[in-house]
Amino acid sequence: MASMAPVLLDVNGSSHRLEAPGDETLLSALRNRLDLTGTKYGCGEGQCGACTVLLDGAAVRSCQMTVADAAGKKIVTIEGLERNGRLHPVQAAFLEVEAFQCGYCTPGMIVSAAALLRSNPHPSADDVVGAMAGNICRCGTYPRILEAVRHAAKDRGSASR
Amino acid sequence: MSARPPERGPLPADLELSQHETPTLHWFEANRRDFLRVVGGGLLVCLTAPDAVLPQESGRFRGGRELPKDLAAWIHVDKDGAVTVFTGKVEVGQNIRTSLAQQAAEELRVPVASIRMVMGDTDRTPWDAGTFGSRTTPTMGPPIRAAAATAREALIDLAASRWNAARETLSAEDGKIRDAGGRAVSYGELTQGQDLVKTVPADAALTPPGSWKVAGAASPKAGGRDFVTGKHRYSSDVARPGMMHGKVLRPASFGATLASLATDKAAAIPGVQIVRDGDFVGVVAPDPGSAARAVAALDAKWNETPGQPSNANLFDYLKKNEDASERSQPKTTGSVEAALASADVRLSQTYTVQYIAHAPLEPRAAVAELANGKLTVWTGTQRPFAVKDELAAALRMPPEKIRVLVPDTGSAYGGKHTGDAAVEAARLAKAAGKPVKVAWTREDEFTWAYLRPAGVIEVKAGARRDGTLVAWEFHNWNSGPAGIETAYDVAAQTIQFHPVKSPLRQGSYRALASTANHFARESAMDELAHAVAMDPLAFRLKNLTNPRVRAVFEAAAEKFGWGKARAEAGRGFGIAGGTEKAGYVATCAEVEIEKPSRRVRIRRVTAAFECGAVVNPDGLRNQVEGALLQGIGGALFEAIRFENGRIMNPHFAEYRVPRFSDLPQVDVVILDRKDLPSSGAGECPIVGVAPALAGAIFAATGVRLRAMPLAPEGVPESSPSA
Repeated sequence: MASMAPVLLDVNGSSHRLEAPGDETLLSALRNRLDLTGTKYGCGEGQCGACTVLLDGAAVRSCQMTVADAAGKKIVTIEGLERNGRLHPVQAAFLEVEAFQCGYCTPGMIVSAAALLRSNPHPSADDVVGAMAGNICRCGTYPRILEAVRHAAKDRGSASR
Repeated sequence: MSARPPERGPLPADLELSQHETPTLHWFEANRRDFLRVVGGGLLVCLTAPDAVLPQESGRFRGGRELPKDLAAWIHVDKDGAVTVFTGKVEVGQNIRTSLAQQAAEELRVPVASIRMVMGDTDRTPWDAGTFGSRTTPTMGPPIRAAAATAREALIDLAASRWNAARETLSAEDGKIRDAGGRAVSYGELTQGQDLVKTVPADAALTPPGSWKVAGAASPKAGGRDFVTGKHRYSSDVARPGMMHGKVLRPASFGATLASLATDKAAAIPGVQIVRDGDFVGVVAPDPGSAARAVAALDAKWNETPGQPSNANLFDYLKKNEDASERSQPKTTGSVEAALASADVRLSQTYTVQYIAHAPLEPRAAVAELANGKLTVWTGTQRPFAVKDELAAALRMPPEKIRVLVPDTGSAYGGKHTGDAAVEAARLAKAAGKPVKVAWTREDEFTWAYLRPAGVIEVKAGARRDGTLVAWEFHNWNSGPAGIETAYDVAAQTIQFHPVKSPLRQGSYRALASTANHFARESAMDELAHAVAMDPLAFRLKNLTNPRVRAVFEAAAEKFGWGKARAEAGRGFGIAGGTEKAGYVATCAEVEIEKPSRRVRIRRVTAAFECGAVVNPDGLRNQVEGALLQGIGGALFEAIRFENGRIMNPHFAEYRVPRFSDLPQVDVVILDRKDLPSSGAGECPIVGVAPALAGAIFAATGVRLRAMPLAPEGVPESSPSA
């Protein structure tokens, strides 16, 4: 077990000082210490994408990352995408297209898509499939998620992010 | 013309129902009591109504009971006009929170947004057998519509008496009762938040689907914004003050009993408490990390059962271990033997399906809290009232001291009928004297949840050279009786389900055995079509008079362009269909065989689906698309590998599920039959996928695959022998 030295996490623009073992997963810290439960556990092995968060703007699997590794980096979770009551274009597109059924994969899907659009504002269908092959939707809403991501890419012309 | 099979088979419904019942992991006993309602407010007595009852949920359900007929059990109208509708059904992604609200809003003449559904709360909602079998739309839609229509009429009566007006001159619209002169009073002003006391008549007049305005149209998912912002709390997200985290020590293999247990290392971890109750061992800790470390530090020795079956001898095992005590009589019409002898072509084949896992993305989870002698459990289950009974039996508590709440759940697909995590959390909470959360790992979920049954299906069939089907014999071992009857016209038939004592824990799964039975039946039909050199669609239509099945075949074929393109080496087309849970589906598929891997790349899937009057067209389309995509997994590559009481592939890295990279072009045609009662749609659309793909693979390669999954490692060079 790693030491219990305090860890500083920058989550959704706020700084948090945690008394957590350094080897605790970022996923567990977000969910159980910060009560940010929008980020989901799906497999704990980096195989399903339900736990995806942004780390310095890139999509990472929070179940595969320790709090020690995440310290000092800018972490954005699904709760941090909405700004001043305004949904992120990907969130708005998921609602518009109804790109979900049970919704459990949705936060990870949305965060993964937000990261994709940061680096590739106008992805082709193949780009989306390639970037999101690590995200599982057991309800099988893939056609709608693909549509939502492309919809968001079209609509985000005026969005600042 | 030969006799058409009845819509409902002669197989006892209980036999299919038994597929919904799964052995309990830790404890098992049945016990049922009345529900309690805790809606406040006084009583408001309305006009008396005929003493009639609503139709039963169904006497066929074991422990089934009548639905309540008092209006207040179903609907409450608040002072501010907000409407609350109560149902024991639960939302697991099938979108009934929205579609039931639409139906209530339709009859009440209010916007959908003013309806709040209280679902799956055993203290507040009427008893319900569970959310399964595509039964919500056909069996919960009508009583909610009846209750809402009764409430509307009661509100008109109240306004008539308030204004001393003839009720015929009044109308309900947009949450208000109006008279011809333009006077209006809101529903909230009429009820003042008090219960409407009235009996819901069995014959309440319902708005016909052809006149629907709110139902029958797209309506966005109720609470959708909470799902895209991460605010929605699933069971696994529930937190309670002072809550601890529990974890259960899993046995080394199925059937293992505890020989010895050393707990000193685990007990040394700060804040950890160890709970042992027979073979059940769990830990309670202040955080999940400590709980996981404590379980890892337990030193347990197990007595294991050697020589358990594996995939290698599974089908042989199923054939040899029929459970004679449960066996049903075969359904026989005419003489199959004589008909086979008269046939020009004969088929005798064996088809198999492996065990597969539901793998809901939210693994089982529960939070249990004991306070003032009352146990409250939040858990994701399809059967909250059954889980309440399971808890009562396990903890030896009176059911009225137990409340189960089901937050909208991270999917189920038939996989969450039991209360495994609920029982574990409650047992640990009782020992700890504090609220406890138990959240299963993915490995727990793959190993200790139950599975879609494996099965062996033998088909003997015969046809005349002109394509007339004359003989049909069909035996299913273990997979199940759902969808076992053929929709095709065949004068001589014998159909039988053979129950088996399953070597693995098995239970319900989306469409139950209908997927396996459609796979075997439609594959056999394809083989017969080939044998008489007929087009697969033409052969089916020649032997099919059921107009609803014909209609979906024709619609799917038209949308797909069936027959317009010819199969070539490495590219083929397949078609399959049938009926399940009063829904009708036909599915076309186009596949390409990749070189040199011989992996199957699905280019297109087209389905036509009909389930009577459509309640929510976009929600329905979503369900059909999802069923098609999920069906690809079981059809092509999903299989549980097991050996000697262990699951060998309990991770997504080893158990392949459909991903974005498997996504074909998906086209869905919905046939909206406003003249027919609405039936459920969660299950039926999955049944055509596997046989359509098997037919397409045959057309592309000449290789006939008769085992699901069809091609986990690519298509072999020649047809495997049975």
